[in-house]
Amino acid sequence: MKKLLIKEGRVIDPVNGVDEQLDILIAEGEVVQIAAQIEDQEAEIIEANNKVVTPGLIDMHAHFREPGFEHKETIKTGSESAVAGGFTSVACMPNTDPVVDNASVVESILNRAAEAKVNLFPIGSITKDLAGEELAEIGFMRKSGIVAISDDGETVMNSQLMKSALEYVQAFDLPVITHCEDQSLVGEGVVNEGYYSTVTGLEPIPAVAEDIIVARDIKLAELTNTHLHIAHVSTKGAVELIKAAKQRGVSVTAEVTPHHLALTDEAITTFDTSTKVNPPLRSAEDVAALKEALAEGTIDAIATDHAPHAWEEKDVGYDNAPFGISGLETALSVLITELVQPGLLSWSQLVEKLTVKPADILGLDKGRLEVGAVADVTVIDPEFEYTVDVDKFYSKGKNSPFAGRTLTGKAVTTIVDGELVMKDGQVL
Amino acid sequence: MSFNRRRLLGLEELTGEEIDLILNTAESMKEIFTRQVKKVPTLRGKTIINLFYEPSTRTKSSFDLAGKRLSADMMSLSISMSSVVKGESLVDTAKTLEAMGAEAVIIRHGIPGTPKLLAETIDAAVLNAGDGAHEHPTQGLLDMYTIREKRGKIAGETVLIVGDIKHSRVAKSNIWGLKKLGAEVRVAGPPTLIPPEIEKMGVEVYYDLEEALVGVDVVNILRIQLERQEGGFLPSLREYTELYGMNQERLQLANDGVTVMHPGPMNRGIEIAPEVAYGEESVITDQIPNGVAVRMALLYLLTGGEQIEETTN
Repeated sequence: MKKLLIKEGRVIDPVNGVDEQLDILIAEGEVVQIAAQIEDQEAEIIEANNKVVTPGLIDMHAHFREPGFEHKETIKTGSESAVAGGFTSVACMPNTDPVVDNASVVESILNRAAEAKVNLFPIGSITKDLAGEELAEIGFMRKSGIVAISDDGETVMNSQLMKSALEYVQAFDLPVITHCEDQSLVGEGVVNEGYYSTVTGLEPIPAVAEDIIVARDIKLAELTNTHLHIAHVSTKGAVELIKAAKQRGVSVTAEVTPHHLALTDEAITTFDTSTKVNPPLRSAEDVAALKEALAEGTIDAIATDHAPHAWEEKDVGYDNAPFGISGLETALSVLITELVQPGLLSWSQLVEKLTVKPADILGLDKGRLEVGAVADVTVIDPEFEYTVDVDKFYSKGKNSPFAGRTLTGKAVTTIVDGELVMKDGQVL
Repeated sequence: MSFNRRRLLGLEELTGEEIDLILNTAESMKEIFTRQVKKVPTLRGKTIINLFYEPSTRTKSSFDLAGKRLSADMMSLSISMSSVVKGESLVDTAKTLEAMGAEAVIIRHGIPGTPKLLAETIDAAVLNAGDGAHEHPTQGLLDMYTIREKRGKIAGETVLIVGDIKHSRVAKSNIWGLKKLGAEVRVAGPPTLIPPEIEKMGVEVYYDLEEALVGVDVVNILRIQLERQEGGFLPSLREYTELYGMNQERLQLANDGVTVMHPGPMNRGIEIAPEVAYGEESVITDQIPNGVAVRMALLYLLTGGEQIEETTN
């Protein structure tokens, strides 16, 4: 394996409190030296002058669709999409076909992922077939390598079963990731309830549908003393509940997506089905609360909820389109443009929420730039300005509400396990 | 002014001037109804398609008649939603119709935004004949035409819309249009059927019908659907009639000479008492020919038809 030398980049490593111009030498898949001036004749030089160098980005919430929905995405295309967006590790949700509810599906995914460019970490389901009726074989799946359990896309509506799941995982030290929506309040809903559901006539989902389950699951986590992670927080009410729970010392963490931070429900007035996502885009008040919660640490991590769909599935009436946004290739740019540039988040905070925070939640030994660490590194050009062209996505999913938007900041180099996998936006 | 649109998706997107132009054009169209031969060659040789994904009798036949009175070749396609599930997508259907040479497509669909999807897919003119709970612009325009015809003006009139505002595209189009022409608009209905933040559209909300009626010049009564009971919005239609049904006694609370409208089809005895429906204040039967006139005006304006001939007899 060729040595790599990243020269003159602004190295940001929140864990070690580093934010300065340094060189990084990588050999045999590891970081071997970090210093002001490194010379190495054998190494391939990566010029990082005026660039930001960070631990490889980690997306703790994505959908690679394989097995079962390869027309939407595969492990190969999803991985390419990830590294194109600067991500070196991705945790994949279990709503495949078959569902990741037993060890053999976990193993088959990990076998397929061995050839992928990105580090892939499967998440197992909480219940068999995501049906919310019986627990999945969490212990077997843990042995095979899952990093968390979740019925993402579905809420375990049976509170007794959710309590049971939180109790059962204590034997394995796995976080339980919960998708919070009271199904009876969601009904046939497709958008956030408010002024824009009124004027568009689209069926509403009230914000309290999320708040109610967040409150329930926090109470259950408090009772069982289990690590609960709340997926894609989208409401002000949920933020307040999480904040209060953290103050009480409950073991709860939370993530937010770039689209819930960057867009409000006003976007639905275009009837563009790429704005149809679950949970729905919320009000300006919710978005303001999410940004504040992220900055103050109530929300720990940022995750894409990358949910690619085939073009023909989204090119239909709003009600008939599936929920989801293809997010891996725009996430970083959206976050730099919407949070770092306006000064809502420092670079160090952004990097923390995309690296060490998700790593710690999932129990991964990643998210640090230090000698001896696995060489997962992302180089970002903070000034790079471009217009989003979904046709150039590596992902099969072109369903992006950011299509045509001009964004600033982009990953230009991605290194996974010491190997250069993306350079100048091109996946190698 | 001229009308440069190739599509009408709703009244939200129109200016007050554009609405005036449509209503004035409709007035010329209505004049044709008084002729012995109620037909002009304006859209001769043009093909217009009625694409209805929801059952409809009055709107579809009104468009059909409007097109025929302008000499267009009218074709109606009624597609049940169940066949859509197995069959081709709307986008493919639309492209097929355009390839057949349609100059305009009139679409009714249960999903909000579908006319916009259609307009983004084809070059033909697109006219929304009702999309879910979003808009029903031709109904809004015919209601406004009727108010103007009956009362001489729209600006300054106080209009009350009663009933299931939440699920009503008619209410939405009426509110947008009436507000643009300077009317005051109130809505009244059970709180479960008033959608959130509708005040931001510039209307006053009432849960008490009798309170709402005081000082009103026009009452537009919406049809109440039986399904609302099953959806948990209403305990019973009997109770709805008790609280929100329009009867002669309640109507006395409105201004003298109040105008009563209903987009139809009516549930007589439920949201409207028979004596109100056919009382002297009612313009419900006038709404029907006005609907044809407004739709003629829109087909003409959207497809850029030739000049209307002056009366020759």
